[in-house]
Amino acid sequence: MTTSPPAVRVSRLSKSYGPFDAVNDISFDIGPGETFALLGPNGAGKSSTIEILEGYRDRSEGDVTVLGEDPQHAGLDWKARIGIVLQSSGESGNATVLEQLRHFASLYPDPRPVEEVLAAVGLEEKAKTRIHRLSGGQQRRVDVALGIIGRPELLFLDEPTTGFDPEARHQFWDLIRTLKSEGTTILLTTHNLDEAAELSDRAGIIVGGKLIDIGAIDELGGPAARIPLVRWRDADGAQRETRTETPAGLVAQLARDLGSEPAELQVIRPSLEDIYLGLVRGHAAGSTSDTASTEVLA
Amino acid sequence: MSATLTPRPLSQPAGHRAARHGLFSLGLARIGFEIKLYFRSTDTVFFTFLFPFIMLGIFTAAFSAQGNIGTDPDGSGGISVGAYYLPGMLAAGMLLSGLQNLAIDIAGEKGDGTLKRLGGTPLSPLSYFIGKIGQVLVTGILQAVLLLIVARFVFDIALPTEPEKWVTFAWVFLLGVITCAFLGIALSALPRSGRSASAVVIPIVLVLQFISGVYLQFNALPEWMQNVAGLFPLKWMAQGMRAVFLPEGFAAQEQNGAWELGLVAIALLIWLVVGLVGSRLTFRWIRKDA
Repeated sequence: MTTSPPAVRVSRLSKSYGPFDAVNDISFDIGPGETFALLGPNGAGKSSTIEILEGYRDRSEGDVTVLGEDPQHAGLDWKARIGIVLQSSGESGNATVLEQLRHFASLYPDPRPVEEVLAAVGLEEKAKTRIHRLSGGQQRRVDVALGIIGRPELLFLDEPTTGFDPEARHQFWDLIRTLKSEGTTILLTTHNLDEAAELSDRAGIIVGGKLIDIGAIDELGGPAARIPLVRWRDADGAQRETRTETPAGLVAQLARDLGSEPAELQVIRPSLEDIYLGLVRGHAAGSTSDTASTEVLA
Repeated sequence: MSATLTPRPLSQPAGHRAARHGLFSLGLARIGFEIKLYFRSTDTVFFTFLFPFIMLGIFTAAFSAQGNIGTDPDGSGGISVGAYYLPGMLAAGMLLSGLQNLAIDIAGEKGDGTLKRLGGTPLSPLSYFIGKIGQVLVTGILQAVLLLIVARFVFDIALPTEPEKWVTFAWVFLLGVITCAFLGIALSALPRSGRSASAVVIPIVLVLQFISGVYLQFNALPEWMQNVAGLFPLKWMAQGMRAVFLPEGFAAQEQNGAWELGLVAIALLIWLVVGLVGSRLTFRWIRKDA
């Protein structure tokens, strides 16, 4: 990264609703121009965290700086520099897509051209359609368009591709890459691990309000979590799997021992999803150590 | 989606931002947008904008056979049923366009996420208020003017010709409708969800109309009900409108035998302050930490 200060700085942030600790002492930074994914199961505290950063919620403890200001007290000039795609939108939508985009563009000091944003989210042909007549996925594209219309320096995307078909999702990824190349800092939450892997530079995993891991996408879970998995069915018909740094050696050994081809042989390199699930399950099991590496089943 | 976005101009690095629009000019931009959406909402057009027309039509049709109101002992003179109900319908229009409209509208916008989205943009709540008040003023004036035109040309109701009557009309109308608008913003905090907004707001509006001399002849109501109605703004708006549109002789039927326009002004000003303070205290883009 650069030497400029982080776009987002979260330090020992906690948020409780009555006796319930939604966010419990988490810290992370997001550098300028970085895309950071916040991952975690439903109810883990992702949305609470992101809404504190957006200025919607007040924190219980800790310090938060977003684009150099405390979102709890930031003014309209600060809001002009951020873009927000909320998790849910259920607006009745009596305005047409074009009217809504034009209106929101007029709220910002330096908006993107409306036609360009319309094209970027693929809604040119729906420009004159009222928003409530659009499909769920198309309405979500309107949300994305409204999030980027103000040319934000920092963009919050809370589960942005919910309801997108695969093609729309890939087009959305292209759009986000364009924004990244322009230097936009992005904070993303998603349940789609492919999406996180495609788009983000780093990710943090929140479970039960705690940040259980944070790092570059290809380093999450530590090296142990990336050890390839060899899976086969043994002579008794039982499924076996084991992790090894040398899968080729193990497979050769198996073949020699069995004297024949091992049944249903697979060599699996853990995907981000495998690693994520390992971390989340490990945490749920109450283990605090790096659990993914110990997941060897008989 | 073609991901072609014009990059930020090189002459304008990310740190440098153009100046934000003024609060007032954004408010004006909101007014146009709000009015457009108002007329696209079928519910609003029917239950807020057209309702006084429908009620005026029903009352005229239902009671005209009973003859004029306020006749001389020999049955001559007096005014038509339509003419008698017109001031009440104008007052009801102010209440509906201001209070009912905004209370339901804003509660709905809170419920469906519109306010949350706006709260994430550089739109000031003040500009948002200007947009709402402007929408109420424009639609309320349009409603009143149309109601007067219909009254004159469809129901053949004679309208006052004295300029001072129209001056009274202007200030009672403006003060009343703006007061109702702020009370509507304040009242929008009451419903717990957008869906329950109509169920919460409409009974309040309906009861007020019954006790304040909109649907029922005010002087025929029991004294205690008149006194209760006097605690709320609609009674004073209706009284102010009667002062404009009913013949002077009808003043004797008022609670204290006079139009009491000074009291009308004071009552509406008090409610304006209540509405302003209530709006200021209760309005939130989102229910924080609910």
